Amino acid sequence: MAENGHKEHPKYFRIFWWLLALTIIEVAVAIPEYAVVLKAILLIGLACSKAALVAIYFMHLKFERRTLAAIVLTPFIICVFLVIMLMPDLTLDTRLDGIEKPAAEVVDTLSH
Amino acid sequence: MEHATTLDHAEDVYEPSLTPDSLGKLGMWVFLVGDTMSFGALLAAYAALRAGAGIVGWVPPSEILGINLTAFMTFLLICSSVTMVKALESIQDGNVGRMCDFLGLTILGGIIFLGLQAYEWYHLIHHGLTLTGIPEHGLSGAAIGGSTLFGPTFYAITGFHGMHVTGGVIYLIVILRNGWSGRYTAEFNHEVEIVGLYWHFVDLIWIMVFTFIYLL
Repeated sequence: MAENGHKEHPKYFRIFWWLLALTIIEVAVAIPEYAVVLKAILLIGLACSKAALVAIYFMHLKFERRTLAAIVLTPFIICVFLVIMLMPDLTLDTRLDGIEKPAAEVVDTLSH
Repeated sequence: MEHATTLDHAEDVYEPSLTPDSLGKLGMWVFLVGDTMSFGALLAAYAALRAGAGIVGWVPPSEILGINLTAFMTFLLICSSVTMVKALESIQDGNVGRMCDFLGLTILGGIIFLGLQAYEWYHLIHHGLTLTGIPEHGLSGAAIGGSTLFGPTFYAITGFHGMHVTGGVIYLIVILRNGWSGRYTAEFNHEVEIVGLYWHFVDLIWIMVFTFIYLL
């Protein structure tokens, strides 16, 4: 926060052109068919850089005290943990398949 | 080493204490941090359901969702973020009329965004993407099949974001009305900055939603 009345305004239009260019690159990267993992890494990288530009310049994080930036980064780190914690569930289908098979065998032996 | 710690400490001491202005800003930031977790949970749940369905079990989004329209919607939100920072810049320079013009443009951007989203939803529902089903044919004309969870996750996430845009438009209209009645000056304008934080956050979330729901 600038306490002294007139402050230098950041060059917002430069950020706008960057965001526009990154959006166009993103769409260009998304359309062709190729390795899913590579595509995901590229797209998430581009999206995060766009989000960072908005937060740093438009939301003035660059001009705030560092404590605030630490507070703001916290949920993003927690979200990464959230995804890691969900990892076991990502393969839920295959695990259910594994459980169903022995169960069917048990029913089979019981009916005999 | 000791020298460095004293310097760090000195920096802490010289930080300005919280004022009513910065308290309001801190409050908005804390709300946004919580809101990030809401969107984070929705997107993580989407990732879990999609990964659980496997690659063949989930229709490629490009077969159902039109990317051109949403790319334009992204562009629109980025533009409205620029008009928002311009509104704040204007009032910091003491120009009330210019601030009102830019706020008006920001509101217009939000309303067009909502209109396009309603148009998109209307077409998707018409096409067969509902809370319980997916269309039989994709945009390329090929027959498609996959998890029917595509619809509910799509509508929940874009709908939650759309509600935020609606709230933001109402919030901006209140601030614009205050601006018209001469509430803001070059010295008193933190409320404009705070509505800006909310608006940029909505833009930031859309950048993420656009990538995860439409492009990936």
